[in-house]
Amino acid sequence: MAWQIMVYKLSEGMLESIKIYTLTLIFSLPLGLIVALCRMSKNWLLRNFTKLYISIMRGTPLILQLMVVYFGPYYIFKITLPRGYRFIAVIIGFVFNYAAYFGEIYRGGIESIDSGQYDAAKVLGYNKAQTFMRIILPQVIKRVLPSITNEVITLIKDTSLAFAISYPEMFTVAKAISAAQTTMLPFVTAGIFYYIFNLLVAYTMEWIEKKMSVYR
Amino acid sequence: MKLLEVKNLKKNFGSLEVIKDLSFSVEEGKVVGIIGPSGSGKSTLLRCISFLEKIDSGELLYMGESAVTTGTDGRANYAEKEKLRQIQRYFGLVFQNFNLFPHFSVIKNVTDAIITVQKKPIDEAMETGRELLDKMGLSDKVDAYPWQLSGGQQQRVSIARALATKPRMLFFDEPTSALDPELTGEILKVIRGLADDNMTMIIVTHEMNFAKNVADYIIFMDDGLIVEEGPPKMLFENPQNGRTQAFLNKFVS
Repeated sequence: MAWQIMVYKLSEGMLESIKIYTLTLIFSLPLGLIVALCRMSKNWLLRNFTKLYISIMRGTPLILQLMVVYFGPYYIFKITLPRGYRFIAVIIGFVFNYAAYFGEIYRGGIESIDSGQYDAAKVLGYNKAQTFMRIILPQVIKRVLPSITNEVITLIKDTSLAFAISYPEMFTVAKAISAAQTTMLPFVTAGIFYYIFNLLVAYTMEWIEKKMSVYR
Repeated sequence: MKLLEVKNLKKNFGSLEVIKDLSFSVEEGKVVGIIGPSGSGKSTLLRCISFLEKIDSGELLYMGESAVTTGTDGRANYAEKEKLRQIQRYFGLVFQNFNLFPHFSVIKNVTDAIITVQKKPIDEAMETGRELLDKMGLSDKVDAYPWQLSGGQQQRVSIARALATKPRMLFFDEPTSALDPELTGEILKVIRGLADDNMTMIIVTHEMNFAKNVADYIIFMDDGLIVEEGPPKMLFENPQNGRTQAFLNKFVS
C-alpha cells in the first residue's frame, strides 16, 4: 500500500475521531453542569443517585462502558438495534462518562465561590437563575478552565477506545492497516495525528484562558 | 416617617441565641450607628434586616410596609416573594469585604443590577453609573477591574453599586474593617458625604470617633441585646450602663 493511501485512510479515521470528539464535548459540557447541580441538590434521592452515577462512571473502565452501551440492549433486553446504533453507542458512552468528570470539576468550581457573591447578588435583587448565570457561572468557568483543558486533551486520545466496538475511528483504521500490511507505520502516523490535533486543542485552550485573564 | 421598624427580633443559630428580643426604628434622613464588641450580634442584625438571614420571630417593617410578622405561635411569617422583592428595593447593603463581582468591570459592577434586575435602559443605567462613580472620585476607573483597585477604591465602587439601585436607606456592615488604616479615611469621608445628603443609614462600625461625629443616634449592643442607646453625645460622654462604660474605655487612648 502506498503511503499516500495509508495517510488518506487514516485521515478518514481522524475525521470520525473528530466527530466523536466534537459531539461528546457539545453534549457533555452542558450535561456536566446539570450533573454538578444534581450532585449538590438538597433532594436526598437526586443527590445520591447522581453520586452513584458518578461513582460508576469513574470507577469502571470507559472501554467497558462502551461495550455495555453497545452490546447491552441485545444481551440484556434482546433488542436488536439498527446498524447506525454503533455510532450512537459511542456518543452515549463518551457523553455520560465525560459528563461525570466535568460534573465533578464544575462542582469543585461552584463550591469554591465565596458566599459573599451570593449575598451581594441577593441584596441587589438578582433572582436565583440570574445569580447563577450572571454572577456565579462566569467565575466558575474561569476557575475550572485548567482542569477542563486536561479532560479535553484526554478525550481526543480516549476516542481511540471506540475500537472496542469496532467503530472506524483513526485507531481502529490504523490497527486494521497495520495487521494487513504487517507494519508499525500506521500507528506511528496515527500518533503524530493525535499529537498535532492536541497541540491545536492546547493552543486554543490557552488562548481562551488568556482572554479570561482580564479579571481574577 | 419611620423607614425601618424592628420589633422584638429574635435570631438563633441552632441553640445559640444570637439576637434576643431587639427593637429599634430608624427615621427618614437619620444615621444610626451600631457599636459593640465582636460577637455581640451586630452583623447578624444587619444580615437579618437585609433578608440574608431568616429571623426566628419578630416584626420587620420597611417604609411602613410589613415584610415579616409574627403570629400568636411566636414564629416569624415572611411576606410573599413578590412583596419581599419589592421591599428589598428600599435598602442597599455595603459589605465589610466589598463582595464586588470580580468578572465585571467597575462600571458593570455598578450598572448590571439596574439593567438586569430593574430593567433600566442601558444608556440611562450607564449615565447613572458614571455619575455615581464620578461622585465617588472614580471617574478614571470606570473600565478597570476590581483586582486593579485598592481596598478603599473597591469599597467606593461597592457603595456606588449599592446606591445605583436608588435605595431609600443604606446599611453598612463594618465598611472599613477590611481596609488598611490609611484607607479608612476616604470611606468615612464618602459616608459623611452621604449623611450630608440626608441619606438614611445604619452603620455597624468599630470607628468610635466616626460614629460619634456622623451618627444621630447610637445603639450599643452586647450579647444579642441593646444595652444602651441614645444620641452620641449622651452615650459617648455619659454612658449609664457598666458594660457600655467598659467597652468605651477600651477606645480611650
